[in-house]
Amino acid sequence: MAEHRTVHRRRATPTTWLLRAIVVGYLFLLVAWPLSLVARNALDGGFGNVQALLEDPDVVHALRLTVVVALWAVAINTVFGVGISILLVRYRFPGKRVLSALLDLPLSVSPVVVGLAIVLVYGGRGGWLGPTLEANGLQVVYATPGMVLATAFVALPLVIREVVPVLEEVGMEQELAAQSLGASAWQRFRRITLPSIRWAVVYGVVLSLARSLGEFGAVKIVSGNVLGETRTATLVVEEKYLNFDKAGAYATAFLLALVSVACITVVSLVRPKEGTR
Amino acid sequence: MTAAVASAGRSVLRRRPAGAGALTPASGAGLGVAMLWFSLLVLLPLSAVVLRAAEGGWGEAWATITNAQTLAAIRLTVLAALGVTAVNVVMGTLIAWVLVRDRFPGQRLLEVLIDIPFALPTIVAGLVLLSLYGTDSPIGIDVANNRSAVVLAFLFVTLPFVVRTVQPVLAELDPEVEEAAASLGASRFTTFRRIVLPSITPAIAAGAALSFARGVSEYGSLVLLSGNLPFRTEVTSVRILSSIENDNLSGAAAIATVLLLISFAVILVLDLLQRRMVRRG
Repeated sequence: MAEHRTVHRRRATPTTWLLRAIVVGYLFLLVAWPLSLVARNALDGGFGNVQALLEDPDVVHALRLTVVVALWAVAINTVFGVGISILLVRYRFPGKRVLSALLDLPLSVSPVVVGLAIVLVYGGRGGWLGPTLEANGLQVVYATPGMVLATAFVALPLVIREVVPVLEEVGMEQELAAQSLGASAWQRFRRITLPSIRWAVVYGVVLSLARSLGEFGAVKIVSGNVLGETRTATLVVEEKYLNFDKAGAYATAFLLALVSVACITVVSLVRPKEGTR
Repeated sequence: MTAAVASAGRSVLRRRPAGAGALTPASGAGLGVAMLWFSLLVLLPLSAVVLRAAEGGWGEAWATITNAQTLAAIRLTVLAALGVTAVNVVMGTLIAWVLVRDRFPGQRLLEVLIDIPFALPTIVAGLVLLSLYGTDSPIGIDVANNRSAVVLAFLFVTLPFVVRTVQPVLAELDPEVEEAAASLGASRFTTFRRIVLPSITPAIAAGAALSFARGVSEYGSLVLLSGNLPFRTEVTSVRILSSIENDNLSGAAAIATVLLLISFAVILVLDLLQRRMVRRG
């Protein structure tokens, strides 16, 4: 691909400059400028706003809860994602095509619908499984497990989407060779499959983390949004803004944006240029 | 990121895996566990939505959906998502073209900017847009509580989809065919229209489908931005949420079923497009 580009490079014509200007202008107006204003608003009086935020015990609780929920969701999605990717690429089974298509569903389902769906099944009163689970001491909705479920749902395809193409690319020869030399399934996974998909898993995990920390709609419905208990960082942003605490809202949003921009930047800088594009 | 945002990008590289094996007992058990989790997490809850909508009879669900305020919300959501998707088809293809075919300093930064809407929490996205296009706008453009706010929010959150589906396909294209066309006297525009465009059309369509689905299902970025005024700026997701908050889960499920149907339609379109691109590749 790299040499294609160099072969193809032309001298910059007026059209080239026009296209560049349109693209840069569009991205500047839509993303870069508004994003920089959030940073400016948050740091208006120095780091005071952010510092005040971190001294509010309710906010600290919300931040901690956000991290805990996101870590659970990412851990679950990583194990599930790597497993299902290997199954999809390496094995034949009936219904594979349908499953592969359904795995993309969370990308196009509204977070509000996700929240509603989880309440309908795991809700404490009137849910399909909720009352039974609560009778056995496991409260899902309006508690951390429901928030983990909602977050895991929305971020479900991200690891799979990174790992599947890499697994397809590396092929099976090495694994078959190892198998013929007597390596067990676990040895083959640990010594051959895992090293080859390592970076894809890392990208998938980082993207899932960004997505999980920022989930809003689904979590808003299943959490009940109780101050100091089930309120997460994104819900704090909404609450503060609606209560005319703009400084607090911008400061919280700034923290969240910082994390997601850091995630994106890391993936974009570390990922090798060739292969994926 | 390509793969993270767009399934079409992945499918272009997809080959029929040589020698995919039959299930062993261990992998069969793994598949069983994975399917159980997938069912508990995704399939069962989504079925619950459709069944809950059907519970009171389809007549009642239909009445909820065709309620004037709900219809206005659905119309606004679908029209705005269609309009934004049209913009994305043009702008997304243009951005992908510049990223693949042009080289200039700072391009890496543009790559990051394109992915930001995908990773930024939606509520933060709303606040981000408000800070430039809201009441305190430093440039005097105020779209807050206005229908253009819905379009703006959709434009922001759907930005990556067409770019990221078209980009890998464009990068794979063999430039020799274009050079041949150019040497035969075709203008740059003719070359693009006759040679490049037909090859990237399935990718554009896949990106458009994803962008439409994302727009229709958007919620978080609109909460602070659009004011959620009934008949004016209220979108479908907000309508569902107010039904949930009024403890009317059946009504919420009826409207949610409409959104789910759209999601399924998009998944179907994507699957068909993937097949088509695999055949061509």
